[in-house]
Amino acid sequence: MHISLQNVTFRYDRDPVLKEIRVDMDRGDMVALVGPNGSGKSTLIKCINGILPVREGDVLIDGASVRTIPAVQRARRIAYVPQTEQKSVPMQVFDAVLLGRKPYIQWRPSRGDYERTAGILERFDLVDVAMREVHKLSGGQQQRVFIARALNQQPEILLLDEPTANLDLRYQLETLELLRDLAGGGITVVIAMHDINMASLFASRVVMLKGGAVFASGGPEIVTAEHVERLFGVKVRVVQDNGNRFIVPDRT
Amino acid sequence: MNAQSVLAKYSRHIRNRLLFIALVMIGIVVVGMVAIVSGAAGIGYRDVIAVFSGSADAATNQIVMQIRMPRVLAALLAGFALSVSGAVMQSILRNPLASPFTLGISGAAAFGAAFAIVVLGAGSMVDAGSLYQDAAASTRNGLLMRLGDRYLIMGSAFVFSLASTFFILAIARYRGVTPEVMVLSGIAIGSLFSAGVSAMQFLATEAELAAIVFWMFGDLGRASWQEVSVLALVMVPVWLFFTVMSWNYKALQSGDEYAQSLGVNPFRIRLFGMLVASLATAVVVSFYGIIAFVGLVVPHIVRRFIGGDETFLIPAAALFGALFLLLSDTVARTLFSPVILPVGILTSFIGAPLFLFLLLRGLGKSYWN
Ligand SMILES: Nc1ncnc2c1ncn2[C@@H]1O[C@H](COP(=O)(O)OP(=O)(O)O)[C@@H](O)[C@H]1O
Ligand SMILES: [Mg+2]
Repeated sequence: MHISLQNVTFRYDRDPVLKEIRVDMDRGDMVALVGPNGSGKSTLIKCINGILPVREGDVLIDGASVRTIPAVQRARRIAYVPQTEQKSVPMQVFDAVLLGRKPYIQWRPSRGDYERTAGILERFDLVDVAMREVHKLSGGQQQRVFIARALNQQPEILLLDEPTANLDLRYQLETLELLRDLAGGGITVVIAMHDINMASLFASRVVMLKGGAVFASGGPEIVTAEHVERLFGVKVRVVQDNGNRFIVPDRT
Repeated sequence: MNAQSVLAKYSRHIRNRLLFIALVMIGIVVVGMVAIVSGAAGIGYRDVIAVFSGSADAATNQIVMQIRMPRVLAALLAGFALSVSGAVMQSILRNPLASPFTLGISGAAAFGAAFAIVVLGAGSMVDAGSLYQDAAASTRNGLLMRLGDRYLIMGSAFVFSLASTFFILAIARYRGVTPEVMVLSGIAIGSLFSAGVSAMQFLATEAELAAIVFWMFGDLGRASWQEVSVLALVMVPVWLFFTVMSWNYKALQSGDEYAQSLGVNPFRIRLFGMLVASLATAVVVSFYGIIAFVGLVVPHIVRRFIGGDETFLIPAAALFGALFLLLSDTVARTLFSPVILPVGILTSFIGAPLFLFLLLRGLGKSYWN
């Protein structure tokens, strides 16, 4: 689905946290939102799925303002993987993933809901841990559970807030590869992340946020030493390897 | 392993939860029968069968149908209401300490009753009319009260408990509806009302004081068919409502923002959930007085057995609470027979240590954070 942010300005209190954001994201895009802490990545994601009400500017989903889409319809199209999972009563993996069916459940799940959940568990290699409690799994497995839960909503847009933040290198790669495959399958994937190298390796589009405004946006080629220096306020240099460019801190 | 075997495993898992519910139902039937035959009057199972087949004498009929049955049903319905309210409040406020008792709803009802007795003059004891259908219990307590006064006390208790709920909801509405705000404002209101009760007790005459203290002990001896029918009439829609809403409560467990992304409106779900739970509690408390700890402890016990999944926790806690209160009341009636202990005293005595026990046992398991 097409997401169009049209001059979105958002304030929690008086000062704007997002300033006139204009970005378009297409079906099949894998969009990386990068920027320092507090630059507004999480806020932007919550504006896209209507968790935060946009009053200045507008967010259009395939041309329709997100405000006008009824909550349940919205939940069937846009799935969200939050940055931190609220810890509460322990939940088993199967139940957690089944929860993704909520937008389709009236007062109890149908047989189809159970079958789809089992299918997704199989696809995500979570069958062996299906009866275990989510919070007892490894970080990588937990992230897979949350992505599986989101996909159980059958979304056309998938929003993820720093899904790789707590993962070791292998799981980061695994997760990003998975998300790239999903984008290839026609889902619009939007990921908030810190790691600019991962962003330039995996994303088809990069949106750099600084102080709530779009600092730069475009293909992965916009991840340049100059941009990164100005975005994060650190000295960096570019290392070329095997046709890939990597940004590393310059400590000289 | 594949998808099919996962489904099979999950069905077994669900069956275990349903088995727990079935066992509780059997428990209710068994304890219910024991409750009907226990007591001072020396009724046996034969007599009960005779009553239901219509061949019992008038006295036996009277005892079983007018005293024991309403009391058993009152215990079941009150336990049901308090526990289901506690389970729902704990879920939607994401707080293990939430319950009708801790949120000050019972305290507000107590104030309402004291207010009716002291200020509205409902406490004057007269010889006409009886507070009880159960004549033995009323003479034991030496209290005879006009029927109109009884309704005044009930009404006032009901009004104040609903008022406290609305107050909590209004505060929550005013400054964002975080669960913490609701729990803390509930506690604050609870202590305000208990100060109010103390003030009323200070102002009360001796007779009024006795009436207040007496009302505050939750006691099912006041049960009559009238109240039982009202209670049943209230509980059916309450039950349906919570059953239909249980998936929303489940969604709230993973945080408000995540719930919103599933199409759930946390504010609205919480508002109506609190409202219905408080209403159910208010009815029970205004009929029978304060029966402490049931709504707090029962959901925790049930979680130990079947986990925290609201779709099962809510029906299971409701039924287990019914069983729990029936058992407590039966024990309270027979423990020091012929003296009948108000069940509220018993639930406080077992509830507080039980809660501590669950708390200490639960430290390693960390149910909430
Ligand atoms: N609930 C909130 N209320 C007020 N200010 C907030 C809230 N959430 C975030 N902010 C502020 O908005 C800005 C952007 O935050 P956020 O979107 O979380 O950034 P990021 O995800 O890029 O780290 C920060 O200055 C933060 O302090
Ligand atoms: Mg963030």
